[in-house]
Amino acid sequence: MIQPVNGLVSGVLPVAGDLPVTGDTITFGWRLNGEETQIEVDPAERLLDTLRYRLGLTGTKEGCAEGECGSCTVLMDGLPVNSCLVLSFQAAGRRIDTVESLDEAALAPFLEGGATQCGACTPGVVITANWLLANRDLLDTHHIRELMAGNLCRCTGYDGIVDSIEAALEADDPAVVGDAS
Amino acid sequence: MPALADGKEADLKRREGMAKLSGRELYIDDIPSADHLWGATVRSPSPRGRIMSIEFGTGVDWSEFVVVTAEDIPGRNAIFLMEYDQPALADGYVRHVHEAVLLLAHPSRETVRRAAKLVAVHVEAESPVLDFCAAPASDDIQYGPDNVFKRILIEKGDVEAALAAAPIVVEGEYFTGSQEHVYIETQGMRAHVDGDVVVIQGSMQCPYYVLKALEPLLDRDANGIRIIQTATGGGFGGKEEYPSMIAGHTALLALKSGRPVKMIYDRWEDMAVTTKRHPSRVRHRTGVDERGRLLAQDIEIVLDGGAYLTLSPVVLSRAVIHAGGPYACDAVRIDGRAMLTNAVPFGAFRGFGAPQAFFGLERHMDVVAARLDMDPVEFRRINLIRDGQQTATGQTINDGVDRLEVLDTALRLSDWTARRSEIERLNLADPLVKRGLGLAVFHHGAGFTGNGELMLQSVVHVAGTPAGGVEVRTASVEMGQGMTTVFTQLAAGRLGLDADSVTIAQPDTHRVPNSGPSVASRTTMVVGFLVEQACDDLRRRLELADDARGSTVSEAIRAWYADPAAAELVGESTYEQPHHIEWDEETYRGDAYGAYAWAAYVAEVEVDLRTYGTRVTDFVAVQEVGHVLNETLARGQIQGGVAQAISWALLEDIRWQDGAMQNCQLTNYIIPTSDDLPSIRVKFLETPYPHGAQGSKGIGELPMDGPGPAIANALAHALGIPATSIPLTPERLMAELDSVAALEAS
Amino acid sequence: MLAEEPEAVPLAGGTDLLVHWPAHHETRESTYLDLGQIEELRSHRWTEDALILGGTTTYWDLIRDPRTTRDLPLLVDAARQVGAVQIQARGTWAGNIANGSPAADGVPVLMAYDAVVVAQSERDSCEIPLSEFYLGYKEMRLADDQLITRIRVPLAPRANQRFDKVGARRAQAIAKIGLATVEAEDGWRVVAASLAPTVRRCPAVEALLDSGEAEYSLDGFETALATDVSPIDDIRSTAEYRRRVAARLLFFGPGSREA
Repeated sequence: MIQPVNGLVSGVLPVAGDLPVTGDTITFGWRLNGEETQIEVDPAERLLDTLRYRLGLTGTKEGCAEGECGSCTVLMDGLPVNSCLVLSFQAAGRRIDTVESLDEAALAPFLEGGATQCGACTPGVVITANWLLANRDLLDTHHIRELMAGNLCRCTGYDGIVDSIEAALEADDPAVVGDAS
Repeated sequence: MPALADGKEADLKRREGMAKLSGRELYIDDIPSADHLWGATVRSPSPRGRIMSIEFGTGVDWSEFVVVTAEDIPGRNAIFLMEYDQPALADGYVRHVHEAVLLLAHPSRETVRRAAKLVAVHVEAESPVLDFCAAPASDDIQYGPDNVFKRILIEKGDVEAALAAAPIVVEGEYFTGSQEHVYIETQGMRAHVDGDVVVIQGSMQCPYYVLKALEPLLDRDANGIRIIQTATGGGFGGKEEYPSMIAGHTALLALKSGRPVKMIYDRWEDMAVTTKRHPSRVRHRTGVDERGRLLAQDIEIVLDGGAYLTLSPVVLSRAVIHAGGPYACDAVRIDGRAMLTNAVPFGAFRGFGAPQAFFGLERHMDVVAARLDMDPVEFRRINLIRDGQQTATGQTINDGVDRLEVLDTALRLSDWTARRSEIERLNLADPLVKRGLGLAVFHHGAGFTGNGELMLQSVVHVAGTPAGGVEVRTASVEMGQGMTTVFTQLAAGRLGLDADSVTIAQPDTHRVPNSGPSVASRTTMVVGFLVEQACDDLRRRLELADDARGSTVSEAIRAWYADPAAAELVGESTYEQPHHIEWDEETYRGDAYGAYAWAAYVAEVEVDLRTYGTRVTDFVAVQEVGHVLNETLARGQIQGGVAQAISWALLEDIRWQDGAMQNCQLTNYIIPTSDDLPSIRVKFLETPYPHGAQGSKGIGELPMDGPGPAIANALAHALGIPATSIPLTPERLMAELDSVAALEAS
Repeated sequence: MLAEEPEAVPLAGGTDLLVHWPAHHETRESTYLDLGQIEELRSHRWTEDALILGGTTTYWDLIRDPRTTRDLPLLVDAARQVGAVQIQARGTWAGNIANGSPAADGVPVLMAYDAVVVAQSERDSCEIPLSEFYLGYKEMRLADDQLITRIRVPLAPRANQRFDKVGARRAQAIAKIGLATVEAEDGWRVVAASLAPTVRRCPAVEALLDSGEAEYSLDGFETALATDVSPIDDIRSTAEYRRRVAARLLFFGPGSREA
């Protein structure tokens, strides 16, 4: 076996090794969780990376890096998107809302209804579910299960999630349940 | 929070639920960490052969990297699980694609990812063994004399004589495919050196398994290694074995570099290199009389173990013990073997051999019933084991469970008789959509097989806290199944305390005793029972009466700690084998499990004959589970397991090449979305098991056993196809319909 | 800008680009032109005789415009089957065209509706019928300095409109087969996805349907399809499955209309 080149790390270390470093950074303003701020990112940073590693907002999770599992879901201008498929600079001037913006009152129906087990898909699920609850007219054209189909869960089989949403719908407006799912 | 006293109250809400919902729960990649390096693994491109050279690419300053090879291993180059056969890093020879050869670390995650692709491992390839059903050639022997990891033979009565005498003998052959766990949180570990101690944090099911593996690898004892479980985003058995490997890797890098090291697998790597469900072939030769009574069961099970042993002997054990099913039969032979191939090693996955065994059995039971022109329900009814009768291992079942009631409840909830006729009528009228209704009846032994729990010698501590509460210390992990909540209920209930007065210690091998792994559906039933026992011991140490509860207990705890010189107050319990369990490991006879949960599942399917696509339109899951401690959590376990099994039967199809998975992405390895499943209807029956916590039996794996055969039986009902191999993807369904049409034409 | 840096890749939603971004180091070497900030590319509008999509109009934009369901229902059918809401919110019709995947979901229905691509550069503006846009696998009539700024979808009397997408599951699936069929005043449009190197019209199938036979046969559709498309085995499905199921969808769909 050829002896591999060996050695300990020495010298000046790169900064923020959790994030890509590709060149000149981009600075822009956005509205994150209700607050107008400025942010500086590397052009290759995904929104997911910026949230988790630059800002320490680790509520949003990475499950697949390809927009299939939805555990990275955040709201962008009020719509659910996969933050693993958004380059951070694309969020310039936009509204971004993450799971950290949801209060206990909004989350209570999901605790009650058994929507979470291992929790890995959960932040993505509650973002999408909250959006659904805030846009009930969607249920005129869509079923709950279609709207939640971008959030994969391996633990619940989805009943706990759907039940929680239905209970939340009923709690606010008893007339809606029955047509909702 | 209401005190959890006697009697049923509203379910205790999942204790860590709000943390998970709000995103505050910290998984290994969320934990603040500074100064760490990122690890990456260089792997074998070849399924078998001698490593001739390792070439580091040009254009990279390799002096920036930490490099670890087999030569850097302080102790024994093995990841111990049952044996020392699996190297931590291949040294000279590889036995599967993706086998780890070399490790790199660098401060930049990007850079180390890129660099790992630039190290070439040159292997002088030998012909790999890839067919687990074929007898290996002499050149291909890589384990023992015959590549058999384990052989188990169970015999009851004289099966050959019984088959010879049987009026009707029905044969069948069944195949199940592998399955990837797809826990939503991929595998990850962080290692750092804290003085004399190597500290491992990460996603895992079995902290003490990781400890046992790292001791010989690092040549340290338990004092010099500390394993801490962090919030685990799903396990399903996939984090039973493999965490020891990734923990070993990060530890080696941390020791070499003197820096903390993180390794978080991306989804591609996780799916490609970690363990998966054992593929199986199950053969049945079944003798029956004209009335449908089982006279003989001759069963052969072969499992693909992949390149290393992992836990294959135990998977085989569970498979053979369950292979005859919940039926009474006087002549049974079950011959099982787990084989080595040069595939990526297979390992634990919820059900652990039982789903494979039950697919073969329950599909075959419908085949036998059809041969007899008998209703599949009546066939089950005649043969379901009654109290006083014996299983294949000679265990007398005497648990007082009304198994017929389990079956009848499933039939009632699914409206079986009416629905079967209705479906048959609809199918005649509709040329494009065919429906089917299928049944599976099964059981699942909870806890470790035979003497396994005895060997584990699980220990649990319940410690008093100065505030007057208790801390429950076990090695059981919360991975979504609800351990934290259930242990809280048990401790609070036993001592009459508020749930808020109970804390569950984070599994940390320097703080909690070894209560065994979080596997085998044992956490509530076995470890939970020990939690209650430890609470009783705590009470005894406080010299309180056996029925002391509530404020009496909490005040006594506070009083204990009022003395500044007081030692820690710790109640202890150690597993004791219930007297009714007697097992002979040599002859494989006796009481394989202390308790079985019993179940009957009914699946309704709809097939679109334009596309050959199958939808499950209704699912009824009825099970007798001893006692339900928390309805929300228990129902969630059943629904999740049913979903996973439906998916195994219809959607999950691993594309293999050279024993490695090709479709390692969530875009082409398919699990269901919310829109692909019906609402799963769950019903529990209860006949308390005296040796399980509050009468409970384990349920985590049970739901994995029934849906596969229920769906295959439903598809056979719908289409008249063999349905003897899963996954039954649309492409395979089309081929099966072709073969049926060809048969009818000829 | 494209004139100055023709190698720059225009970026709309980004959903096709960022898949496995951390593992695809070579993509970092490229220059991207972010269209997301150009507001005037986003909106769509209805004229008397067409729906005009903008260069960055998303699937969700049309799903939420009730007029689309009424006047161009296949666009909504297809849009709802793209991934899931999270993808529909970012994915754009123009991006789907320019990405040139043979498994595209938006392209078949646009093509069945006789959509016209408007491509602009500094020099000029051209209009190319979508059915003539693709030349081969990932090859299209779009110069490096051109940008798709509009897609014109003509309104016209249409009947028997169907979009069938066969995927491994009901959402988040890449099409194993895509089929958009529309009976226009001057004849049928049959557009196939995932059956050839590009999304394409199926002239032999169209001719078969235009012939207005009293009774079609499954064999007839299989034969016609064999002239038009060439499905392959790949990681998702088999050539035989695609061939046979596509024929079945046609036979049981447009082929089964009352004579």
